[in-house]
Amino acid sequence: MKYKFALLVLTSMFMLSCSSDDDSSPSYVTTPVELEIPQIFENLLLPPSIPSNNPLTEEGIALGRKLFYEKLLSGDGTQACASCHLAENAFVDPDRFSTGITGAVGNRNSMPIYNLAWNFEDKYFWDGRAIGIEGQALGPVENPIEMNNTWPNAVATLQATSTYPDLFSKAFGTSTITKELVTKAIAQFERTMISGNSRFDKYLLGDETALTASEINGFDIFMDESRGDCFHCHGSDANPLWTDNIFHNNGLDSSFEDIGLGMVTGDPLDNGKFKSPSLRNLAYTAPYMHDGRFATLEEVINHYSEGLVYSETIDPLMKNIAQGGALLNEADKADLKAFLLSLSEPGFTTNPDFQDPN
Amino acid sequence: MKKMKKIALLFMLSIAMVSCNDDDDNTQQNVSIQVNLTQNWDGTEITEADLGTTVFTNQNGENLKITRLRYLISKVIIYNSFGDAIEVNGYNLADLSDDNSLIFAKGTVLPPGTYNKISFVYGFNEEDNIDNEYPDLNTAEWSWPDPLGGGYHFMQMDGTYVDPNGDNQPFNFHNGTARVSDGVFEQNFITVTVDNLSFSSSSVIEIKMNLAEWFKNPNTWDLNQMSTGLMGNYDAQIMMNANGQNVFSITVE
Repeated sequence: MKYKFALLVLTSMFMLSCSSDDDSSPSYVTTPVELEIPQIFENLLLPPSIPSNNPLTEEGIALGRKLFYEKLLSGDGTQACASCHLAENAFVDPDRFSTGITGAVGNRNSMPIYNLAWNFEDKYFWDGRAIGIEGQALGPVENPIEMNNTWPNAVATLQATSTYPDLFSKAFGTSTITKELVTKAIAQFERTMISGNSRFDKYLLGDETALTASEINGFDIFMDESRGDCFHCHGSDANPLWTDNIFHNNGLDSSFEDIGLGMVTGDPLDNGKFKSPSLRNLAYTAPYMHDGRFATLEEVINHYSEGLVYSETIDPLMKNIAQGGALLNEADKADLKAFLLSLSEPGFTTNPDFQDPN
Repeated sequence: MKKMKKIALLFMLSIAMVSCNDDDDNTQQNVSIQVNLTQNWDGTEITEADLGTTVFTNQNGENLKITRLRYLISKVIIYNSFGDAIEVNGYNLADLSDDNSLIFAKGTVLPPGTYNKISFVYGFNEEDNIDNEYPDLNTAEWSWPDPLGGGYHFMQMDGTYVDPNGDNQPFNFHNGTARVSDGVFEQNFITVTVDNLSFSSSSVIEIKMNLAEWFKNPNTWDLNQMSTGLMGNYDAQIMMNANGQNVFSITVE
């Protein structure tokens, strides 16, 4: 018995010493974090998807938050992730196209980045070209029209600072910074960016005073196949993500300069398809569509009501194309807009946990 | 002495096991199964490669393409010759664009016996069709609106057909609970039972859906009359149910 106990102690010590790399901090102990899941998500959704090789820790999240706002990631030290994902805009860019460090301008609007832990499809960007949040975060640093850096240079710059090596030690047990660890930390932070406490959420949870009659009627239009028919792609009272996280051609153009998903898959049947964005926080996320072509929600609603354009790959859920769409009357349009805005959450944009720590 | 007893017992058990394996009727073997969902158009197999590409002609003569096909199968029950019923899954959302969704209950082991009957529900029966109950179906945008009776879709078949002017038009052949009037609903699921089967060894159960039947029998479906906005159309929902009675078949191999 005594022998077994001694062996156990020795084995434990051996395992502990094995887990400590030479360059690691001797105090490498992380604090696990459980996401605070909104009640409406608890009620309706599967648990969040957290990769087993990147568990959430206080140290990792704090590092990721710092990196999210870190301009040293860019080629000339002038741009961070947060430069195009602004807190006051629910972490999108109010500019139609973001401007990179060289002055180059992209051709898509920056995407919302909340509730990503429930993106079970796990494909990112408007065209789905990145797998996993960690995979997504690899892209902008080297994109010549965004941060225009190289990963070796970005990593070397962080390594040369007086602060980051220690923070990586605390988060990952090594002071040797790699691009993989940078993106793991950013992904951890992004998984904490949860928005699930809008007035509409309160309504679904039983607060019947949370919505106006106009907003409730707007929801009925949203759920009516013969009017809005928004729910087949954009969530419902059963899907509080307000997106299906997959790709559709929603009838914007008859031909495409930007073929979206088709460029990724190589399948012409995917041309013109882009990811459905969440409808949460629309009050802050203008302009709308993958290319930010619509400045207002009125323009968006008008598009689906009377602006649909036929193309070969248009989703069959886009109906009455000859007349441009559902032809909503003005009262219904106003109510639909009112409902959509009830999905916004002022507290999300001002959440102190998501602000610049630097 | 104890050791000898153990050896003798082991030996006897081995003989018993070998003799079990040699039974002519295999009645002592567990029965491992899986369920495959396949689709066809009057016998011609339909796969993901047909989505958006292959032109089918329905009974009414309209040429159509299918771009999306999802449907729900639940409550698969297998009966043995003594009438015992074994339910092998809760529900399965089949998506033609995802091969993994077309195989389920893989590795399910049934007790030894001869099985001669299988039943399943297309969609959910009333007891299981519970509003917002299933998280995976919620994120799959599979819910059926409350004003139409709530619960979940049974099928979503989207595509395009060519109208008399030669123009492509969309169709949304969506099926679920039928709304009779405000607050009054009619169950619309289909229970399929096949009882002329006989298997007692590991098998693949194939549930076949003949998509042509949705447009054929007893109602010849005219897409020019009914193509979109069908979820709240009581007549359309009931016609789908009637045609759905002839859509499914089961084989076991």
